Amino acid sequence: MLQQIEGSRAVASAVALCRPNVVCAYPISPQTHIIEAIGAMVKAGELDAEFVNVDSEMAAMSVLIGASAVGARAYTATASQGLLYMMEAVYNVAGLGLPAVMTLANRALGAPINIWNDHSDAMSVRDAGWVQLFAETNQEAIDLHILAFSLAEELSVPVMVCVDGFILTHAIERVDVPEQTQVDRLLAPFEPRHVLDPHDPVSIGAMVGPDAFTEVRYLASIRLSRALDVLPPLAQRHSDELARSVPSLVSPYRLDDADVVVVAMGSVLGTIKDVIDEMRDDGHAIGALGVSCFRPFPKDQIRDALAGASRVVVVEKAFSLGYGGILATDIALVLSGRGIPIHTVIAGLGGRPVWAASLRTCFNEAVDATLSETTFLDLDEEVVAREVDRMAATRRSGPSAENVLRDLAERSRT
Amino acid sequence: MSAERVPVRFYQVGSFAVGNRLVSADRRNAQSDPQRANSLTSGHRACAGCGEALGARYALDAATRVTNGQLVAVNATGCLEVFSTPYPETSWQLPWLHSLFANSPSVATGVAAGLRSLGKSEVRVVAQGGDGGTADIGMGALSGMFERNDDVLYICYDNEAYMNTGVQRSSATPGAARTATTDVVGEHPGNVFGTGKFVPAIAMAHEIPYVATASVADLFDLETKVERAMSMHGARYLHILVPCPLGWGSASSDTIRLSRLAEETGLFPVFEAENGELTGSRTIRHRVPVEEYLRLQRRFSHLFTREGEVKDVATVARIQAIADRNIRRYRLSEEVS
Ligand SMILES: Cc1ncc(C[n+]2csc(CCOP(=O)(O)OP(=O)(O)O)c2C)c(N)n1
Ligand code: SF4
Ligand SMILES: [Mg+2]
Repeated sequence: MLQQIEGSRAVASAVALCRPNVVCAYPISPQTHIIEAIGAMVKAGELDAEFVNVDSEMAAMSVLIGASAVGARAYTATASQGLLYMMEAVYNVAGLGLPAVMTLANRALGAPINIWNDHSDAMSVRDAGWVQLFAETNQEAIDLHILAFSLAEELSVPVMVCVDGFILTHAIERVDVPEQTQVDRLLAPFEPRHVLDPHDPVSIGAMVGPDAFTEVRYLASIRLSRALDVLPPLAQRHSDELARSVPSLVSPYRLDDADVVVVAMGSVLGTIKDVIDEMRDDGHAIGALGVSCFRPFPKDQIRDALAGASRVVVVEKAFSLGYGGILATDIALVLSGRGIPIHTVIAGLGGRPVWAASLRTCFNEAVDATLSETTFLDLDEEVVAREVDRMAATRRSGPSAENVLRDLAERSRT
Repeated sequence: MSAERVPVRFYQVGSFAVGNRLVSADRRNAQSDPQRANSLTSGHRACAGCGEALGARYALDAATRVTNGQLVAVNATGCLEVFSTPYPETSWQLPWLHSLFANSPSVATGVAAGLRSLGKSEVRVVAQGGDGGTADIGMGALSGMFERNDDVLYICYDNEAYMNTGVQRSSATPGAARTATTDVVGEHPGNVFGTGKFVPAIAMAHEIPYVATASVADLFDLETKVERAMSMHGARYLHILVPCPLGWGSASSDTIRLSRLAEETGLFPVFEAENGELTGSRTIRHRVPVEEYLRLQRRFSHLFTREGEVKDVATVARIQAIADRNIRRYRLSEEVS
């Protein structure tokens, strides 16, 4: 049914349609509206689930572990600091092979504390053993949540749906919310691989030593990587049922004969596509590749999609301090041996708007082969230089964050 | 002839413990039953005389008996988890889940919520951990589980230190005790006084339906409390003192004796409470000065001479004062009750 609703509300509706047994809530912006909406549905009796107001994110993920281990379908949502706070359990649920589903309303990681969007939180759990799906739009956010439950339970792995905080979670737009009957057709009842059952007692989560740890972890990686085979046909089934294209591993955009290809994840693809349309109109052979599934990393699909590219620009909303792009590094590895230039554009950190004009400048430079290897989009070089000088001149130069904001305030006065 | 028929009831041992043979069959403890569950069965790797292994088997066998085997256990990281399981072996005869060190109360909440949502509320949940997992790293999770009144019995096996990592101090380590991080050096050898916490009191402050303490020296009492706990719903807490021969520097054969002495000195108050109010205490019938308890443990050996005479009179007096206060506070003496 078509509805004009907030992204969070859309996600909540999708989750409710999946008939979760246990939902945990611990508030953190920009995830709050999702759990509030689900809580209201449970309280009103519209959704028959256990809704647990927990004491922390660590508890939220731990409740999911317990619930999932008895065969219950379990869901929570978090962001940023909340994800870090539950980190130990994020690894644990994956290691135990329990199919929890979580929304990550992507938000920056502090310090400095910042509630706005980027992908640092998602990147911090890149290696945890979760499937990580990225939504470009709120429609995709809905569809990916339904897909997430199917995929998680099929593979016995946890799935995280990354939805850009505020940009998507708080955007009110038209979405098509599926009917319950459709979702019921897509999502069979949960059949756990291992379960705590007094009639057939097992021990789950015991210690494994050097004799088998490598093998157990290797198998966990195989199980996770199976998503690369399972996801495309599953997404096709969902697309058929919902009569629209549900994202799978990668989403190509105007890739035919594209020389320059822009790779990105999440909502920023919308702006990127607009810029590409403009540039196509101006006669440039440029296209985009959205990575919908970041973990497991669809190497083959990306290699194929980029087969015709002579230059790649990776736009990403996170970076590895002291190193550089994270997605770009993965892309570079996939393309190793090709010898084509790969640029990193780090954009949108902590909610910094990613302007089409700024992207256009970068992409023009890419077309002209003048784009540098790494660009921090719209970096205020002057403010950075002032603080670097200050640190060189004064030992007790104070907190950089404060200094930068003072400099900005001063500049805006003059 | 008739005199022979009168059932003879007498206290068989110096401890006043009642021999199992002397009570009627229906009141005998779960451990005496040849068909007992052996929830934690033999073959595990605990040290000889491990109080935690005993406590866990006693408690879970009793819980298994009253739930007709409809029981799931969640375990925090710690000695109990490690000595009972390394794959492919497991000593657990009931469904058992280990997740992490800090989160067993929350995992148990999830198990209970999951079972309820699946319409399997007849399956009950026990969470268990050591004093470190309970009083320190898991305190937030435990408090949350209590506060929500989730349908979980949490059992703390208190051996008064982080044993699994090599006997470091926890917030349940008593004053003066030597641990690997409270060495017997400096002006105040061993652990400092005036710190630490007593989790049963914290549990009572949450006004949860049931809080109890128990000792492995008193099987009837321990089992009765587990049964009482399992007859209720909501958050319940059982704190069992479990001597650790390795960490305490005690003889393996002294585990039960030490449990009993801890109770008889007043250092470990044995009581129960409902909805935050004390409802019953085990009165001490044979009061013992604290040095009798301390002397048997190497972690307190710096308080004594080689011959076993009290050397550090002031410190022993301080420990005695703690015992005396417990006796007043938890009404452990007939005079004050
Ligand atoms: C987050 C985390 N911190 C530390 C540890 C290391 N650790 C494992 S068991 C343990 C000690 C457990 O002590 P306690 O809870 O008292 O149980 P005991 O072994 O004494 O029975 C520690 C510190 C861990 N596994 N996880
Ligand atoms: S160290 Fe202590 S608690 Fe651990 S197994 Fe040995 S006796 Fe038991
Ligand atoms: Mg301990």
